[in-house]
Amino acid sequence: MAFTRHTRTVLALTAPAYLWLTATVLLPLAAMFYFSFLTASPLGGKEVRFTLQHYADFFTKEIYWYNAWRSVELGLYVTAICLIVGYPAALGLAKYVKGRWREAIFLLIILPFWSNALVRTFSWTMVLREPFNILFSYPAIVIGLVHAYLPYAILTCYISLQAIDDSLIEAGRSLGATPAQTFRRITLPLSLPGVLAAIFLIFVPVIGSFMEPRILGGKDAIMLGPIIEGQFITAFNWPLGAALSFTMLGMVLLVLLVVMPFLNRQMARA
Amino acid sequence: MSRVDIQHVSKRYGAFAALDDVTIAFNDGEFFGLLGPSGSGKTTLLRSIAGFIAPDQGSILFDGEPVESVPVHRRAIGMVFQSYALFPHLTIEENIGFGLDVRSVPREDIRKRVAEMLSLVRLSGLAARYPKQLSGGQQQRVALARALITRPKVLLLDEPLGALDRRLRQEMQVELKDIQRESGVTAIFVTHDQEEALTLSDRIAIIDQGKLIQVDAPQTVYERPANIFAANFLGDANVFRGTPAKSGLKLADGTVIATLKPSTGAAIVRPEKLRVASGRKKSAGNSLTGEITQAIYSGASVTYRIHTKVLGDMPLLAFIQNQTGEVLDTGAAVTVSWDKEQTIPVEA
Repeated sequence: MAFTRHTRTVLALTAPAYLWLTATVLLPLAAMFYFSFLTASPLGGKEVRFTLQHYADFFTKEIYWYNAWRSVELGLYVTAICLIVGYPAALGLAKYVKGRWREAIFLLIILPFWSNALVRTFSWTMVLREPFNILFSYPAIVIGLVHAYLPYAILTCYISLQAIDDSLIEAGRSLGATPAQTFRRITLPLSLPGVLAAIFLIFVPVIGSFMEPRILGGKDAIMLGPIIEGQFITAFNWPLGAALSFTMLGMVLLVLLVVMPFLNRQMARA
Repeated sequence: MSRVDIQHVSKRYGAFAALDDVTIAFNDGEFFGLLGPSGSGKTTLLRSIAGFIAPDQGSILFDGEPVESVPVHRRAIGMVFQSYALFPHLTIEENIGFGLDVRSVPREDIRKRVAEMLSLVRLSGLAARYPKQLSGGQQQRVALARALITRPKVLLLDEPLGALDRRLRQEMQVELKDIQRESGVTAIFVTHDQEEALTLSDRIAIIDQGKLIQVDAPQTVYERPANIFAANFLGDANVFRGTPAKSGLKLADGTVIATLKPSTGAAIVRPEKLRVASGRKKSAGNSLTGEITQAIYSGASVTYRIHTKVLGDMPLLAFIQNQTGEVLDTGAAVTVSWDKEQTIPVEA
């Protein structure tokens, strides 16, 4: 095969990353996908057969689809709160704070990333027990997850907000728009790409989250993430755990497919 | 009464005076150019009129009413930005109609007015496009239409043609002037381009280091500059320094140059007012002898740099109309002469 010089360069630059991803992500995922159609994990040494039962279970057994909905609901709450709290912070940083102060405040936002997630979550248990006394409750899960994902909301919104030329905002004002009108008609629509990025970065991991619900949630922790985790860790029913995971992934992809045309239209304009 | 009045306006940033006691009256319907080097304060002045900057001192009046406490969106201005600042997520029609839309003008009226503006700037048929689908010159005209549709009291333009290439810029100069005359709007524009200022302006203000140097018609600023800075900034100038003498200016070597009016210590002559003749012979009026150090032939004219004893390191600059097709050689001994009437006394 005769590759052009350009093709060879592209191959040489991208091959390591793709080989690595194939080996470490796609292969194990393919194995899991295969497992999800088996009666039991083939690693257990038992005889295994092909089955669609695990997928059927998701839709027929209330415990799964009900808890899947609980996970989605949690995802909606956490994403919404992250945006309501994070967007104004990003707006302030991008448009009102200048120079060295901006860097200092940024550091404060990124700081949580530098500590271990498990340690962070456990440290929350102490604060939520005393003085707030809401440990092992639904609000505790939401607080823990918002804490973990708020930086994503701030950073993605900040990036799209600071990319908006100040002269666009000034143009709006010069044309007679009040500050509120300028925000609604210009700043907000132009920052939507960042908001959407935040939604994807937060909503998808949150509906699959299990650590925060398990540590902070008590009896309210029962939702799809911890159930899947339980299938792998406690019940050792990998096929069911895998089937539940792929069903969830399927639903997320479906949502994406539905909203994609709308997103594309927004992006094409901006 | 003037449309916009700037009275003793000052603005400091720390120790830096962006505007230093500036007073200008902008007349109704005039096209006014603010000309100065970068950092001179011309943009600060424009943005103060718009309301984006609050002056430390002085007052700004629109039609006699102070506007210091009026926010930008209620000043009834139109502004054209150097980058055009078209809203990328709105169509051309929505961009132009924006100012009416935020004032809750009925949709039908907006559509009609947008169509009028589109035909004024000759862009009919592009209403449904998005800004990035337009060329630079077309975007420029959209920005202009968008700023004019609200019938502003004053149109402010920040380096309006700065982002265009040279040929398009010259075309747009003519067009901008036509549109301004047709709409009758009072327009104030900022530029560092002297040719643009001369071509477009009814009056020019020269600004340097936050101070107003001169406000006059373009021809007056060029022919009768107030000081050496104004003479050098608008066009080229040969500058003579010396001491006041009875009939003009006495140079360091004792030569006396006759000036139009009694001089205070400096005088200028524009390079195109000079005559250059071969050989060394004093002639009537002002004349100096020297030697050509550089001759640049550019078709319609020839530019000479001429060394004279009295000016030393500063060569005389002469632009000579190419009437004979001959160019004097470098090194040739010449006599440079010019009229007393073209020797303009200026402040040093």
